[in-house]
Amino acid sequence: MKRLAYMVPLAVFLVLAGYFAVGLKLNPRDLPSVLIDQPVPAFDLKPIKGKARGFSSEDLKGHVTLVNVFGSWCVACVAEHPTLMEIAKLNLVPVFGIDWREKDPDAGPKWLARHGDPYTLVGDDPDSKAAIAFGVYGAPESFIVDRRGFIRYKHTGVIDADNWSATLWPLIQELRKQ
Amino acid sequence: MIAEAGHFALVLALFVGIVQSTVPMVGAHRDNTIWMAMAKPAAMSQFALIIFSFGALTYSHVVSDFSVVNVYQNSHSLKPMLYKVSGVWGNHEGSLLLWVLILTGFGSAVAMFGGNLPPSLKARVLGVQAMVSVGFYLFMLLTSNPFERMFPAALDGQDMNPLLQDPGLAFHPPFLYLGYVGFSMAFSFAIAALIEGRVDAAWARWVRPWTLAAWSFLTIGIALGSWWAYYELGWGGWWFWDPVENASFMPWLAGTALLHSAIVVEKRDTMKSWTIFLAILAFSMSLLGTFLVRSGVLTSVHAFATDPERGVFILLLLMIVIGGSLALFALRAPALKSTGMFKPISREGGLLLNNLVMSTGCAVVLLGTLYPLFLDAVGGGKVSIGPPFFNAVFIPLMLPMLFAMGYGPMLSWKRGDLAGASKRLIVAFIATGIAAAATVAIADGGPFFGIIGMAIAVWMGVSVLVEMAERIRLFKAPGKAFARLMHQPRATWGMTLAHLGMAMAIAGMAGAGGWKAESIQVMKPGETVTVSGYDFTFEGAKSGRGPNYTIIQGDFQVTRDGEPVAMLHAEKRNYPVRQMPTTEAAIHTLMTGDLYAVIGDSEGNEGGFVTRIYFNPLVVWMWIGSLFMVVGGTISVSDRRYRIGAPTARQSKSGKSAEAASA
Repeated sequence: MKRLAYMVPLAVFLVLAGYFAVGLKLNPRDLPSVLIDQPVPAFDLKPIKGKARGFSSEDLKGHVTLVNVFGSWCVACVAEHPTLMEIAKLNLVPVFGIDWREKDPDAGPKWLARHGDPYTLVGDDPDSKAAIAFGVYGAPESFIVDRRGFIRYKHTGVIDADNWSATLWPLIQELRKQ
Repeated sequence: MIAEAGHFALVLALFVGIVQSTVPMVGAHRDNTIWMAMAKPAAMSQFALIIFSFGALTYSHVVSDFSVVNVYQNSHSLKPMLYKVSGVWGNHEGSLLLWVLILTGFGSAVAMFGGNLPPSLKARVLGVQAMVSVGFYLFMLLTSNPFERMFPAALDGQDMNPLLQDPGLAFHPPFLYLGYVGFSMAFSFAIAALIEGRVDAAWARWVRPWTLAAWSFLTIGIALGSWWAYYELGWGGWWFWDPVENASFMPWLAGTALLHSAIVVEKRDTMKSWTIFLAILAFSMSLLGTFLVRSGVLTSVHAFATDPERGVFILLLLMIVIGGSLALFALRAPALKSTGMFKPISREGGLLLNNLVMSTGCAVVLLGTLYPLFLDAVGGGKVSIGPPFFNAVFIPLMLPMLFAMGYGPMLSWKRGDLAGASKRLIVAFIATGIAAAATVAIADGGPFFGIIGMAIAVWMGVSVLVEMAERIRLFKAPGKAFARLMHQPRATWGMTLAHLGMAMAIAGMAGAGGWKAESIQVMKPGETVTVSGYDFTFEGAKSGRGPNYTIIQGDFQVTRDGEPVAMLHAEKRNYPVRQMPTTEAAIHTLMTGDLYAVIGDSEGNEGGFVTRIYFNPLVVWMWIGSLFMVVGGTISVSDRRYRIGAPTARQSKSGKSAEAASA
């Protein structure tokens, strides 16, 4: 009986370790948005400098779209950008950009001039109006919105060739069939 | 070249570590003196190699060698020198190197000064130490190599996270690690004792100074971290129950329990397996803390970049170290025989209560920290429980122990006299009642736990003083009281100071937690806001430049009833390389509380700014209290009986062990 008591710490630890092993497979950043399968909340963004039009939630309706949150201050966005350029060049899906938290109104346009502009429409979002509507945690973050204007998928972090062909592209094709 | 040399030294240290973790252990088993003696030169050369390796990385940082990935990712040519140096450990790979530097440093201290240890125990202790360091070498070399090069070299670096560019945080990790790693000594001694199958008073006397030193370092580390959070994050708070904070708090709780239970082993020859368990627990919590911070299992406001691959490795390491030692514990601990018996009401009983509450507290913090992980693992979604849980569970749990802390030292060993102790503590009871009433009167009511906290702080403070007064017979024979005071053993002084420090810290926590006043608003120049009776007048903001950042500085004139109290200069800094702002709160410390101002974004065209003004009562007592605890711990380490192995020394090479105790 007494020996059994000395086993308790080991048993407790093994249970903990089991949880850790499971926990390692989960991504703590993989935060599910409460907005999945909900309509995009209404927003209306002003254009960035040098463009005639911003974009609003209405622009997303009628076709499957990829909404990408970026910012000139965001280092990872530079890494993501070539993939978006490729998507735009091949005309796979319209990409809408939310230029998030720019302090300087010239910064976003300059950044796009340097790295290229893959976006069908870009909205300026200095005060996080649209970002809050989408439940954005950080940049880059992207959303797939279906024809009815419902958010169907949230992707946290950089879009690259791997996750594009494994997850995002099949989902877009799937949604187009619906 | 320098970086490669550092890398090479690290690989060499791995091989020395492998030798050290096997040969002396086998030697101790077979009673082969020569094999056992290998431990000493091995431990020393490991330390020398890691010093070299650490020096190489420091050099790369100092000269801004951007062909080293670690330097490129964490440094910038414009960064001030202090942060170039602290940047060495301000990142994942470098902090691991610091970890092994301290680990091998402790190991070589045992090798060098542990002359009076029985040879087999010494060989085993160093063997276990080497096993731990081998685990960390492999982790670094396989997943987190600080000396990795990149080609082509970058022109300039990505700079260090600006939040970490701060003097408080520059020295926070080294102290924290001295604490974490310090518990590895207690751990190694515990494992060695389990292998030897013997725990006695002499063993406890060897373990206790290491534990005390580790505990003191950890206390400094936690206090520095909390202080940093207080002025740098600009939220007016000092403890957020963040996973990273909890990771340092859990070993502290376990270590506090350990250093009290080791007293019982030393003096009364009982509670042995419990003490061994706490030694394993304290180090396990240190490792677990590392796992939680490094693996990405939990998110945190100040976690380093996380990586699941590293997580798998650390989990394996945890399985081997913690799982292995607990298995050994299950096998060998039941055989440890205790001789001392005691009644529940006794000094031992008091210390046992301390142990139980501390370890329960540790379990509560662990549960609260891991709960989001448990829920996620079973598919319950992402949650964060945060401060409400901890405050509701942890505080009520600690209160009875803090109350008992007044009694513990008044009780005698084996069988205590509760009624007698109560009679002697009558002064403390009266003072507590007055304190509670005074708190209610001055603060005009207040939250329940705030009032209880103030009362318990006074209770602890006064009872500690009463105990000291009794000890020196201040009232019975006042003539010689001062002489007696000077002749108290250092351990007694240490306890008194540490307990007093605890009382001060509790007062600070209760004050700041219970009566914090805050006010958030947009202020235009010339406008005044009144918080807790102090008038804060905003005198406008101006911009400026620092070495690698730009500044907006807001000035506040603080007056009370028209009398000037202080000028506050709150800063908001922006670090262009990382595009990250930081706040530098302006704090003016008074004994009664801190005047605390933060400046935010500009608002409108008339020079208006968002400002946050706080009055945080009694905060300074938390820092003073922590200092008392650390001083108490340090004085206790230097107690005579740790310097000479009295009273049952095996060999009295007193000179050597003196240094060991203070190392």
